Amino acid sequence: MKFRRLLSHIVLLLGALLMAFPFLWMIASSLMTEIETKTITASGGSLWALLKALVPAKLMVGNYVEAWTKAPFARYFLNTIFVSLAVTGCVLITSVLAGYTFGRLQFKGKTIIFGIFMATMMVPFEVILIPNSLLIQRLGLQNTYPALVLPWAANVFSIFLLKQFFQSVPSDYFDAAQIDGCSHWQFLWRVAVPMVKPALITVAIFAFLGSWNSLLWPLIVTDDPGKRVLQVGLSTFLEEEKSMTHLLMAACVFTTAPIVALYLILQRWFIEGVAGVGLKG
Amino acid sequence: MKGQTDRMVPSRRDRFRPFLYLLPAAVLIGVFSIFPLVYGFVVSLCRWGIVFERYVGLGNYYRAVLDPDFRQSLIVTIYYVIGTVPAGLILSYIIACLLFQKLRARGMYRTIYFLPYVTSTVAAAAVWRWFFDPNQGLANAGLALLGLDGIGWVQEPRSIFQVFASLAGLQLDWGGPSVALLCVIVFSIWQSLGFNVVIFLAGLSAVPAEVHEAALIDGASGWRLARYVTIPMISPTIFFLVIVSVIRAFQAFNQIYVMIGGHPMSEARNVTMFIFTKFYSSGQVGYGSAVAFLLFVIILALTMAQMKLLAKVTHY
Repeated sequence: MKFRRLLSHIVLLLGALLMAFPFLWMIASSLMTEIETKTITASGGSLWALLKALVPAKLMVGNYVEAWTKAPFARYFLNTIFVSLAVTGCVLITSVLAGYTFGRLQFKGKTIIFGIFMATMMVPFEVILIPNSLLIQRLGLQNTYPALVLPWAANVFSIFLLKQFFQSVPSDYFDAAQIDGCSHWQFLWRVAVPMVKPALITVAIFAFLGSWNSLLWPLIVTDDPGKRVLQVGLSTFLEEEKSMTHLLMAACVFTTAPIVALYLILQRWFIEGVAGVGLKG
Repeated sequence: MKGQTDRMVPSRRDRFRPFLYLLPAAVLIGVFSIFPLVYGFVVSLCRWGIVFERYVGLGNYYRAVLDPDFRQSLIVTIYYVIGTVPAGLILSYIIACLLFQKLRARGMYRTIYFLPYVTSTVAAAAVWRWFFDPNQGLANAGLALLGLDGIGWVQEPRSIFQVFASLAGLQLDWGGPSVALLCVIVFSIWQSLGFNVVIFLAGLSAVPAEVHEAALIDGASGWRLARYVTIPMISPTIFFLVIVSVIRAFQAFNQIYVMIGGHPMSEARNVTMFIFTKFYSSGQVGYGSAVAFLLFVIILALTMAQMKLLAKVTHY
């Protein structure tokens, strides 16, 4: 048993090292000089030389300043924060309302409408990519924030998740609230919503993360650098400064850091959210 | 709990309430999911460059079926699915089983394994692209250490087998997945591992402890325990992960866009990338839409087939 435990630790530790290595490598190389990044391959002659080449001789913190000023990263950050928060807020409102309706209200055509909603989940994003971008152009929304927010403002999976949670709120609560003269609207926001808080946090995290990390859609609906979000800005930077690896890695570090920090703080919610999705799905 | 929940006397307001509440979501889904589906299908039936030119019926679909570039992109997609899904699931199952024991530092392991999943694909793929850079990358430094010549990695259109054969001084005609695609596959397994592990852990913890204990008392252990007890018990979780992973693998874009580039070589260009380049670079909107619909049909058929097949072997 003791041996097995040791073996498990060895395997897990090796795995964790492999998982973490790209992050360590990103940080290490973001602190190198340009020359250092260009002589890695050549140092493969001996193990010692290679290991030495992995560590920057002097920590070039200035790389961060240089990368930050080479492209309008502040603008990218502001755009991304604004778009991600707007998407998250919209998703929360639309999913609470629709989830509550499907979970707790009775009305004609409910099954059919819910079925249509669920069916849209089957459609891969590529299929609606082209017509959606034509639509955005036709509406004159190319290069605007609404183009980045509106197509993501309602999410069927979140609606489904909240429906499941609202259904599990006991009806007694509603009966009691009704006797106290509480309307549906008040019941929803004052009683039901606080009761499904874990689900709301999951929905919010997924909406925020999805929006923050999205590339393909923003790439298609924005070509004005002033409207670029972080991922588009970063991938453009990766092309424009292709040979300046140390700067690229510095940019990767500061664009990744906020989301990693958020993850480390809200870890429990991230992981439980994913686990819950697996069980409910 | 499913019964009548609205017991107020139905007034006009009550009758409209559900529709009022549904309105925001329904409008958004209608405009940005359902309408585009219909619109996209119409577009796919037309010759449509930058603007509408003329109706061509199924012309774009015929063209796609006969287009060797499209077929190549489909093969790349299939290689990618086969390369990422089984290996990714097996690895994450092993990690999840190890993490399921009462171990010290379990939480820390879980945190680290999940980290790549929250990181943006662009930043993460950028590091891997550099790792696999043919001129300055670490991968070639590793090969040099072993006394081998460097290869092109992310820029290597030759297949893995051809590279191995060339090491032995042979020449191989048959391709298989390119080394460039293999780099993307390795990256994708790395990135999605944490997600799979967390889902597997949730599945494992839903198995009643008595089941395991009973099996242990009956003398089951190791492989037999996994094969006859654990895996059947978590088969709904496996079912979910297989379906989700296959759908995701069919839609991979970011990792190829960053690691290989916006105009990837045909050996690493999957269907999503193909649609993107047709639309974004060549302005072939009608043709791109037709290919997207073909992809939709393929994914749908495959998902249905998987559901049928997996439902048979899944124990609830």
